[in-house]
Amino acid sequence: MNAMPHTTRGSAYNFGFLDEYAKKEIRRAVLKAIAIPGYQVPYASREMPMGRGFGTGGLQLTLALIGPGEVVKVIDQGADDSVNAVNLRQFIEMTCPGIATTTKTAESTLIQSRHRIPEQPLTATQILVLQVPYPDPLVVVEPSEDKRKVMHGEADYSRLLVKLYEDIVQFDEITISHRYPTRINGHYVIDPSPIPRWDVPRLNDAAALTLFGAGREKKIYAVPPHTRAEPLAFSDVPFRVEDFRDAAGRRRACARCGCTDSFLDEFVGDAGSKTYQCSDSDWCDEQLLQAEHAQGEPA
Amino acid sequence: MSYVAIKGGGRAIAGAAAVTEYLRTEQGLDNPAAEPLAIDAILHQLRHLVDRVVSEGGVYHPQFAALAVKQSLGDTLEAAFALRAWRSTRPRLSATPPLDTSRMRLIRRISSAFKDIPGGQMLGPTPDYALRLLRLELMDESPEAFRAVARDWLENCPEADLPDSFPKVLDALRAEGLLPPLGAVRDEAPFDITREPLVFPVPRSAALSTLARAETGALLAIAYSNMRGYGDVHPTVAELRVGYLPVLLPHPVTGELTEAGEVLMTECEVVAMFEADDAGGKPMFTVGYGACFGHNEVKAIAMAILDRALQKGMQDGPENPSEDPEFVLLHVDGVDSMGFASHYKMPHYVTFQSDLDRLRTTRQKSGEPA
Repeated sequence: MNAMPHTTRGSAYNFGFLDEYAKKEIRRAVLKAIAIPGYQVPYASREMPMGRGFGTGGLQLTLALIGPGEVVKVIDQGADDSVNAVNLRQFIEMTCPGIATTTKTAESTLIQSRHRIPEQPLTATQILVLQVPYPDPLVVVEPSEDKRKVMHGEADYSRLLVKLYEDIVQFDEITISHRYPTRINGHYVIDPSPIPRWDVPRLNDAAALTLFGAGREKKIYAVPPHTRAEPLAFSDVPFRVEDFRDAAGRRRACARCGCTDSFLDEFVGDAGSKTYQCSDSDWCDEQLLQAEHAQGEPA
Repeated sequence: MSYVAIKGGGRAIAGAAAVTEYLRTEQGLDNPAAEPLAIDAILHQLRHLVDRVVSEGGVYHPQFAALAVKQSLGDTLEAAFALRAWRSTRPRLSATPPLDTSRMRLIRRISSAFKDIPGGQMLGPTPDYALRLLRLELMDESPEAFRAVARDWLENCPEADLPDSFPKVLDALRAEGLLPPLGAVRDEAPFDITREPLVFPVPRSAALSTLARAETGALLAIAYSNMRGYGDVHPTVAELRVGYLPVLLPHPVTGELTEAGEVLMTECEVVAMFEADDAGGKPMFTVGYGACFGHNEVKAIAMAILDRALQKGMQDGPENPSEDPEFVLLHVDGVDSMGFASHYKMPHYVTFQSDLDRLRTTRQKSGEPA
């Protein structure tokens, strides 16, 4: 791709909104991020026409990587129809004429997501872009970025481990619920973005490339395909994902599709009753479809 | 059914945009006299809004700044944001050399350090000594009266023979050896915050450009903390000037510097108490520098104080928040901070589900009912 700005016919904006120099810079940062798994590559994040914190880092990655023939899926909280996902998808459609969008995980080549990794395992031909509010897992123990940079370089995560240990002493449990610190390729510990713990094991040895974009904090990092991703834990206190068992110890099922091995959203009814449904809306639809096929006719 | 609630996001967004547009145009309901706000009216009559938006947006485009003010219904954070986002679509084609602000076409220039200054004090347009009494006569101003004011003022204005440039107050102090010489600083290529991220420690030029497009209120609050006692800059305004600065760009063919236009800007230089040199040199005053697009005096003064505070922090280590480059420079950008504050309104139910899981598990373990 040459670096000369070119304007899409009939549009006031360049294909992919950003000027070509900006895209080139982002791609360079991506290459560096892949070469040094888990390292936070600083880049000159541009302002996007949506709020900082609404996925501007992920969006810049998407817009820098997107090309003709791309099939893009955008989700927020696992759902394609969540307001922010709709907003981002519309913006991508508007500024990238000629690309296709989909809600189907299997069909997509590029997935931008906030807070979830799709339930269906991704393949080597797919790229997952995660939106990141806080790129640095050390921020909970060290506010100064200057000092954190040195700690990362030395792989000095002792204060983070002490925090986990103190949790166990105080609560008998590690209390980090999401953004669980995860060591990549045996060195850098990343903040895997606010995905639930449920999604963290899916980063490990994944077939797809996962890119993390923090627009406001101006950082890009990556978990390349088939790379080790290990949540921080102790040999006697293993990492644990969210527990979806009921009081009787049975795994709760999605009230819509019946799935018993997906991450569930909890809904509180008017009478205080609780129901549970798949957070990944495409996964839920696929499970329903499969159930229909199994029955031989549409339900 | 709860599942339905997350469907229809697209319709909800379109509806929100439509009702916002209704609010913008509501005045026109059954009101034939209602007229849309003209960009020209914003440029002139709400000029300080435009000043603020070009400054915080970091692009000198007063017309688009006025448009941004109009479409954001006067919300300066939103307006600066829209201008900044537009800027992302523009390539950087050229850079100006450092521009000499003694060549500013001034509308105002004061010094609080001296009773009189070479070139003279020039109060210009300022509300500084105005009584803040509500001018009730403006509640219902007639177009005729409105037009007469500017015309009469110009007619009664004496011909003034102003020089093309005014000397800088600091130059006199520098000539006396009371300020450090400039030399060394000028050779550094300036840090471009639109093309490079801040990786600390950052050069002073990175700090200055970050402060120059910072949100006015954020700068003022942190500078005020320094003025009140969380710091000790104790500034004297050596010079504050407002005016139009000629912008010189290399000619695309000949490379010769050519005037491409001018930008309205505010510049403030403060002098702070002297420091003795560690190497045993003579004690000298120290300088803080503030400059921004538009007529924004409070911002320029706050910036100059923070520049001085940050230089102190970089040299001796920060003792106060306003002296800590990371603390100041990463928290003063309006687009960043308003975006992040707004993002908390987005759905967070997946992470909240994780939070619930941790709280319930912890409570179960401690023997309390979940």
